[in-house]
Amino acid sequence: MAAAQAVEEMRSRVVLGEFGVRNVHTTDFPGNYSSYDDAWDQDRFEKNFRVDVVHMDENSLEFDMVGIDAAIANAFRRILLAEVPTMAVEKVFVYNNTSIVQDEILAHRLGLIPIHADPRLFEYRNQGDEEGTEIDTLQFRLQVRCTRNPQAAKDSSDPNELYVNHKVYTRHMTWVPLGNQADLFPEGTIRPVHDDILIAQLRPGQEIDLLMHCVKGIGKKVARIANPRLDTFSREIFRNEKLKKVVQLARVRDHYIFSVESTGVLPPDVLVSEAIKILMGKCRRFLDELEAVQMD
Amino acid sequence: MEEDQELERKISGLKTSMAEGERKTALEMVQAAGTDRHCVTFVLHEEDHTLGNSLRYMIMKNPEVEFCGYTTTHPSESKINLRIQTRGALPAVEPFQRGLTELMNVCQHVLDKFEASIKDYKDQKASRSESTL
Repeated sequence: MAAAQAVEEMRSRVVLGEFGVRNVHTTDFPGNYSSYDDAWDQDRFEKNFRVDVVHMDENSLEFDMVGIDAAIANAFRRILLAEVPTMAVEKVFVYNNTSIVQDEILAHRLGLIPIHADPRLFEYRNQGDEEGTEIDTLQFRLQVRCTRNPQAAKDSSDPNELYVNHKVYTRHMTWVPLGNQADLFPEGTIRPVHDDILIAQLRPGQEIDLLMHCVKGIGKKVARIANPRLDTFSREIFRNEKLKKVVQLARVRDHYIFSVESTGVLPPDVLVSEAIKILMGKCRRFLDELEAVQMD
Repeated sequence: MEEDQELERKISGLKTSMAEGERKTALEMVQAAGTDRHCVTFVLHEEDHTLGNSLRYMIMKNPEVEFCGYTTTHPSESKINLRIQTRGALPAVEPFQRGLTELMNVCQHVLDKFEASIKDYKDQKASRSESTL
């Protein structure tokens, strides 16, 4: 009786002991346990699997996935973080930069700005293609010059009063449509996600004049998965000697809480759908390769 | 993975030629000489733990597979070695293919369930805000 319970626990729970975590790895593979049939069964998986959405708004999403293994849940997390494509500034053509911020630092900062453009409507740029066409590139212009404000009070020391255009924000970036982009994207839809990101600061006489090319690439979104086993929660119980023996902290192995926060380009549920499709795409790619090989 | 002295490298993979004449092989199969087709190491290019671990899990769930493991060769190389050994004489390509297909089916099911859940949530929210008006 106790042995059966122990086996169940080993298969389905990750135990947080006093000094370490036990039963971390998945062990339910065929042959490991004599009385269990652990071979993959799609129907059994479909019966046990469920998704519960806890909370969703336009930039963040929290949902539970129950009945799936760590390997696959982690694959989704990794894809969400690093392989969902996005449009971002990649090449910066600097015509004039007399600000304190160095060219490369400025270019680096520009590359981090999230651009509000659906990456699914664009293609990847071909390697070695310098010019960029309307199907794979977005162009932005940033032209800001700082001047002294003639109407400022004589003894003022507030930069906001003394100077005009001394802070360069993302709202100073203007979109330059290429080809037929002006017809495809209505006015105002292609822009940085936030218009109040500070890019640089200037003083009178300094100017920034540059052109940016945005291409589709694999970028980052902010995604956090609270795997019940990674979450730390109260371990106070271990301080109490008597309770220690009676209480056991354990987590269910196949229940995962996903918390996805988007940078604003795509809504978080679209991000998760895209991530799942990307994993399917990877599998399909290798299946096609195998087929091609077998035909030789 | 140890190298046999007479390692017979069977490079079978789709060679797609790019505009500049580059060769890009996405998948290679390496087999030690003297063994038959039931122990094979697959080299998957441009892949990492994302596909490696999930694929390993699906292949291990196959009762015909005696051994399945993967490693990343080096952090600066983006490829993985996935080794499959089968019981009996089943060619190793078969569990590999089956693992890929099953992983695709899992993803499809997850996608369907997820989209259904999202839709339910949105409908519920819509009807809740309607009823409070």
